[in-house]
Amino acid sequence: MRIHFKTSYDHDIRLFPDWWSFLVYAALVAVAVALPWIMDDFYLGEVTNVLIWAIAGLGLMLLTGQTGQASLGHAAFLALGCYSCVIFMEQGLPFLIAFPLSGILTGIVGTLIAIPAIRMHGIYLAIATIALSILADDVIVLMAPITDGVSGKFAPMITIFGIEIERWTTPDRFYWLVLAITILCTLAYRNILRSPLGRAFAAVRDSEVSATAMGIHIARTKAMAFGISCAITGLGGALMGFYAGAFNNETFSLVISITLLMMIVIGGLGSIHGAFFGAVVVAFLPQALSMGKDLIGGGSVAIPGLETGVFGAILILFILFEPMGIYGRWMKIRIWFELFPFARKDMFKRQKSYLKTERLR
Amino acid sequence: MKPLLEIANATLKFGGVVAVNDLSFSVEEGEVYAIVGPNGAGKSTVFNLISRFYQPYEGSISFDGQNLLDRKADAVADLGIARTFQNIELFEHATVLQNLLVGRHRHRRTTLVEEMVFAPRVRREERKHREAVEEVIDFLDLQPYRDKMIAGLPYGVRKVVELGRALASGPRLLLLDEPASGLSVEETQDMRWWIDDIRKQMGITVLMVEHDMGLVSGVCDRVLALADGAKLAEGTPAQVQADPAVIEAYLGAGAA
Amino acid sequence: MDVLQLLVSGLANGCVYGLIALGFVLIYKATEQVNFAQGDFMMLGAFITLGLTNAHYLGLPFWLAAPLAICIMAVLGYLLDYFVLRHLFGQSQTAVVILTIALGFVIRFVAGAIWSHEPQTLESPLAIGDFNVGGVVLGMADIAVIVVTVLMTFFLYQFFQRTKLGLAMQAASQNQMAAYFMGIPVKRVQGMIWGLSGAVAAVAGILFASKGAIDPNAGLLGIKAFAAAVIGGFGSLPGALLGGLIVGVIEPFAARYLAAGYSQIAPYALLLFVLVFRPHGLFAQVRTKKV
Repeated sequence: MRIHFKTSYDHDIRLFPDWWSFLVYAALVAVAVALPWIMDDFYLGEVTNVLIWAIAGLGLMLLTGQTGQASLGHAAFLALGCYSCVIFMEQGLPFLIAFPLSGILTGIVGTLIAIPAIRMHGIYLAIATIALSILADDVIVLMAPITDGVSGKFAPMITIFGIEIERWTTPDRFYWLVLAITILCTLAYRNILRSPLGRAFAAVRDSEVSATAMGIHIARTKAMAFGISCAITGLGGALMGFYAGAFNNETFSLVISITLLMMIVIGGLGSIHGAFFGAVVVAFLPQALSMGKDLIGGGSVAIPGLETGVFGAILILFILFEPMGIYGRWMKIRIWFELFPFARKDMFKRQKSYLKTERLR
Repeated sequence: MKPLLEIANATLKFGGVVAVNDLSFSVEEGEVYAIVGPNGAGKSTVFNLISRFYQPYEGSISFDGQNLLDRKADAVADLGIARTFQNIELFEHATVLQNLLVGRHRHRRTTLVEEMVFAPRVRREERKHREAVEEVIDFLDLQPYRDKMIAGLPYGVRKVVELGRALASGPRLLLLDEPASGLSVEETQDMRWWIDDIRKQMGITVLMVEHDMGLVSGVCDRVLALADGAKLAEGTPAQVQADPAVIEAYLGAGAA
Repeated sequence: MDVLQLLVSGLANGCVYGLIALGFVLIYKATEQVNFAQGDFMMLGAFITLGLTNAHYLGLPFWLAAPLAICIMAVLGYLLDYFVLRHLFGQSQTAVVILTIALGFVIRFVAGAIWSHEPQTLESPLAIGDFNVGGVVLGMADIAVIVVTVLMTFFLYQFFQRTKLGLAMQAASQNQMAAYFMGIPVKRVQGMIWGLSGAVAAVAGILFASKGAIDPNAGLLGIKAFAAAVIGGFGSLPGALLGGLIVGVIEPFAARYLAAGYSQIAPYALLLFVLVFRPHGLFAQVRTKKV
């Protein structure tokens, strides 16, 4: 077991607790950067997909994992990010301006939507966001003059300082672009977590009364969480659009919203790792299923609902047996090895609690 | 000298039930003031009035010459009023250190954008917050628990952490809602020294609700006895304990 | 006459939404959990009846198959609580929400695998044709839906208000610990309520399938039932029915009088409208936490 000898408060403020973990993450980034020379284009595309889902997942994680607000409507913000980025570019803005602008716009819209939404609790917020996700589909169709409705849009070529980036013709450049954005989003997320705002989010999640007594403005903090969450998700959505190449009103459906929420639950709520772990599951599940089908000789017959069904089953198993998600399991295995042979089974036992509601009847 | 906290003719009703009835009292700067009374006397309700969780039906509450009723619940902390809760309201899924740092929230000076890029100013501020929190940790002997999650801590420690979180905000007035309830004899003794030191070393005014008369008479300058939301008696602990009305309210009619 | 016709078909649809919403509300009242798979329960109930009745499958007589299906769904509901939901004590409401959504996916997949994704019709004696009453076409199935729904709401309401078990169910949700010490077998009571809501879902499914074809995606109707439950106020049984009727009636009228594209969003727009102005539903039941 590694022991941190802390000699300065900066040890707790720094991004990495010690040199070892810095080296691990540096190595991880180095491998990630070198990936296009190691992998073929197909798998590189899959990894790109993982990273894009992870960005979108980070956005939702900030809201659900850190602030405790479950949203089942984040596909609407994926759509907003995607459409706004592409429309800005069609108006002649370069990608480097259109992309952040789409994130900011999504964040602002998210904050505006949050103003009524934050007064809702638990299931009501979940239901309202479901409605939002369904409405987004119809709104895109109604706004056909701008969004081209059902026929959809094609993602334009990205040009950064004269370098052309496109998913199919230059998968390596597209991958690097996505990787850079992923790292930036992760850093921003991490920075928020280690500063007062991140703690305010956790405070709102765990106890609204005492957060208020500590001087935290609940509504403003939740709206901020909503805004930042939507902004990050919007960026993810824009990249999703470029990854898909073409998209229409059905690309960002309610199922995508639900998948996103399930993804971060499977990955592990409240941790950055969780968003990435979950994204791996989402992105590679179809591959794994088709491989499984080949194994049992199912051939290429598409079974409708198989993917979502299996995904749902995985989620149920996780909630039942490992509510902390893949990240929680990973931590337990790590601790088990670090303490070897002193780890005991009861160490991770869950506390039982009872329901007591504030309902009047 | 003007009192630090002044409550005048406060009345609060829930439906038809009068929870606080025409209550007036004031707390002087630098004193330890206790509110005692049987269950349901409205003690915690008084705290919730000061914290602005409840809106009084009538009356006024002022702190350091400012009208508290002009402020929302989340703006009370800014004046330097911190509190603890009867049933402990900590942030369960965070460490002790993080809980105490939330106490510093009212001193947040950095903006969202600065925090996103973790600008040098954020780092400087974080160090300052941390130093303030470490002082509290030293004061309350919380060092062994610094990086522990609240969810795994025993009750007595949580109680201290909550006191620490309130202290970390650097308050002028500290509201303690039953600081000794559920604590062992030793822990209650610790709490007593701490409350004494909070007043003497830190110069913080303390207003507390407490059942333990031993603790109350040990640390308090003045005591207010409540019954059915109204003032029964006020004075030094000895005076209040000897008051016939108080004895009757506690022990029932005929005992006096 | 035109308006009357729209009203009747709207009411019949609304009753189905109301029945699904009843299922939500039952569970919410007794366990404070929300079953987002209630729509899929309804679909499953319909398919089980179809599998028992239709000549293509087992070919049992309808009046035997329907009660059997209701019993099967009740048992499934109880087992679901026994094996899954009981183990979620202490986890957040979000966990239950996401779990039941996932459950819906699984049910949809299983139903598709067993009964295929092609729309099928239930060979129901209720679907015997239409009457013409003064120019208004009334389906026998529509009438059955309305009658059964009103009766069920009434009896469930009486059950919760009057019987010991119903009161125990409410007590169990409001303070589990206290209810337990009062001698209420909290776990068994919760299992029973899940069973009951499974049975209600089966009834809804049978009625819905008598009105037209069903396929595994029929469970998505649950979302509209959600809107119904919220509009009517979660936690109130007559409210759920009322909400269902409102949503049911709005739909055909919106389709008739609003431009295409706007009509299908009407129920959701109403839902959002209600939530914005009454964040806790029309009949608020949540008060702020006491400290």
